[in-house]
Amino acid sequence: MEIYLDNCSTTRPREEVIDVMIDALKNDFGNPSSLHRLGLNSEKKIETSRQKIADFLKVSPEEIYFTSGATESNNLAIKSILNKYSRRGKHIITTSIEHPSVMNVVKNFQENGYSVTYLKIDSNGIISLDELANSIRQDTVLISIMQVNNEIGSIQPTWKVKNIIKEKKSEAILHVDGVQAFGKIPVHIKDWGIDAFSFSGHKIYGPKGIGGLYINKELKLNPVIYGGNQERGFRSGTENVPGIIGLGKAVEIMSNNFETEQNQVRNLKLYFIDRLKEIDKIRINSPYEYTSPYILNVSFEYVRGEILLHYLENKGIYVSTTSACSSKGTKKSHVLVELGLTDLQIEGAVRFCLSHEITKEDIDYTIDVLKDSVEEIRQVTMR
Amino acid sequence: MDKVLSVSVGEIALKGLNRRYFEDKLISQIKRCLYNMPFQKVYKEQGKIYIEASEDNFKQIIDRVKKVFGIVYISPCIRVEKNIEELKKAVVEIMKYKTDGNSIKTFKVETNRVDKKFPIKSPEVSRQMGAVILKNIENLKVDVNNPDIHVFIDIKEYIYVYTDRIKGYGGLPIGTNGKGLLLLSGGIDSPVAGFLMAKRGVEISAIHFHSYPFTSERAEEKVKTLAKILSLYTGKIKMYSVNILDIQKEINKNCPEDQMTILSRRFMMRIAEKVAIDNEIDALITGESLGQVASQTIKSIYVTNASVNMPIFRPLIGLDKVQIIEIAKDIETYETSILPYDDCCTLFLPKHPVTKPKLEDIEKSELNLDVEGLVNHALETMTVYEAQ
Repeated sequence: MEIYLDNCSTTRPREEVIDVMIDALKNDFGNPSSLHRLGLNSEKKIETSRQKIADFLKVSPEEIYFTSGATESNNLAIKSILNKYSRRGKHIITTSIEHPSVMNVVKNFQENGYSVTYLKIDSNGIISLDELANSIRQDTVLISIMQVNNEIGSIQPTWKVKNIIKEKKSEAILHVDGVQAFGKIPVHIKDWGIDAFSFSGHKIYGPKGIGGLYINKELKLNPVIYGGNQERGFRSGTENVPGIIGLGKAVEIMSNNFETEQNQVRNLKLYFIDRLKEIDKIRINSPYEYTSPYILNVSFEYVRGEILLHYLENKGIYVSTTSACSSKGTKKSHVLVELGLTDLQIEGAVRFCLSHEITKEDIDYTIDVLKDSVEEIRQVTMR
Repeated sequence: MDKVLSVSVGEIALKGLNRRYFEDKLISQIKRCLYNMPFQKVYKEQGKIYIEASEDNFKQIIDRVKKVFGIVYISPCIRVEKNIEELKKAVVEIMKYKTDGNSIKTFKVETNRVDKKFPIKSPEVSRQMGAVILKNIENLKVDVNNPDIHVFIDIKEYIYVYTDRIKGYGGLPIGTNGKGLLLLSGGIDSPVAGFLMAKRGVEISAIHFHSYPFTSERAEEKVKTLAKILSLYTGKIKMYSVNILDIQKEINKNCPEDQMTILSRRFMMRIAEKVAIDNEIDALITGESLGQVASQTIKSIYVTNASVNMPIFRPLIGLDKVQIIEIAKDIETYETSILPYDDCCTLFLPKHPVTKPKLEDIEKSELNLDVEGLVNHALETMTVYEAQ
């Protein structure tokens, strides 16, 4: 029995994705920049992929840029926006629970003279729009907010941000890290006024090493790396043709099944939460409202998350922890700290990330294994 | 005129009648460590071992061969036929190479005429070759007391000329001093202990204890990596891996908290001794250093030893941590040892472990445990693999 509940880390590529990628490796090896027919074929295929993604996001294809993944997309968005608008000011607003690929970029700018406001979160893991409004200054250039938090699944109200920016008569640009939202919850880029949106291929049953960045075409940003002017000069480097084709396929399948899969997973999560009540001394760390159907973070008190992870792995169940054991104590997750958890809760936190492949029976089995494992571990730790 | 590597052997030469056996062991060790390297021939000639290989590969070969115990130093040589004119050419070539772009000003020629049938005696060979060097290379002087460089000439079946002596580790060839079972953890000390015993000719096997799922598979992978690095010196290492979680749980449940470490230690020794006996291994090896942690006091060591009959070698017993780290860095296990795959087994560590355990107290605690049953149960979890 193998139950993969670590779908926020990465996902198993769909069969159809693997098939088109093998075909692409064999047959579409031409460089899209080559003038001959092989090049043209590759170029056509990557443009088809771009169109599929643009259709899904309801944006124009020329607003989609392929990258090596979401880390690159986040870096590229933040750096190119700040470089372009450096004359407007040197203030950034972000949240205190961003992914390292945003957090560490922003910190680097902070070390180089930018001032940064890190918005706090409430006990549901959600920022306060009042705090956001009060933080906007004349020199605020960039607001970068993750749509769905990768550790606890809280959904940030990015749909209200553009209005707040307007009310404040600010020209701040809105970047959204959409990695855990893309294909998982509805996002309306144009309606919500998002200027830049990062996403990744391997979180939606596509390949690793490919991702993308939406940028509002009115922004006209300059590149960060220079080269052969691929991706209309914004992201040089020979295109990852099989990756792009695989990503296109993953988006195509995902967009056809988006609502069904989402509803199915939402019900599964509710069922999971319900059954978890059979175990005592736990805390559900994911919020009940404004929450991703795919992410469920739970603390088991008096249980080290890492030990529980190995117990589950031993029974074929794969999960994540965000805090790691070490001889020098526990390395705590900054998100769970921000959420205000106790040390006992932080040490015992485990993240379950669902997918459409998971069944109710899988959850039942997981609950059984959880009960046994938690009891066994507590026999040692609660002595 | 050929280029070869000469390998000088150390204590082997002292071993009288056993010498031939030691030399043959050493040759097989050298061949083993060159397993996927191109070399033509390994042969012995009167007290030294020679490797014929392409000069392009000398650096890599030296790096590997240096790790074979029993070798004192390695020298890249020019080998010529027993002919004085050839020797002159060789001496000039090696000195031209050594003085090129170097600040060498003085030299001394030392000749060792092993083949007494060679018509010119050693001092005369040295004198003649000194004269040839002075004639062919400018700005050099002879200094017999403190020269910048020595030119060594060995006259045997061939004549060998060399200037450099690259140090090996010395010691005795692996396998000439019995077999030992090393208790290998993921830390800094135990690989060093294994290295030092292997240096005395002991063939090393290893045993690793883990507490999966309280510890992670990555921690075990780290131990495998350490065994692999160690095997560059020791040759193939057979490694036994044993899960002792159930033992720890039983101790945790039935015995005083402060005795956890010493009790676990006694179990590890018992298991190790059983594995050793079953595999015809004659001694256990640990990385203990006196006073480093609670289980490494004299009294703890006494209580630990009392659980088994086999000799336990503790080559680090008198070394400071700094000295151990120095060796670990030198043998290149340090970087792996400090990788942070620490695990949650620290959960079992008592806050205040007993440092002066009394054997009778410990034995009394063990009455609460089915010692033999637990040892046998743990042995059932044992997996075996080879690191090389």
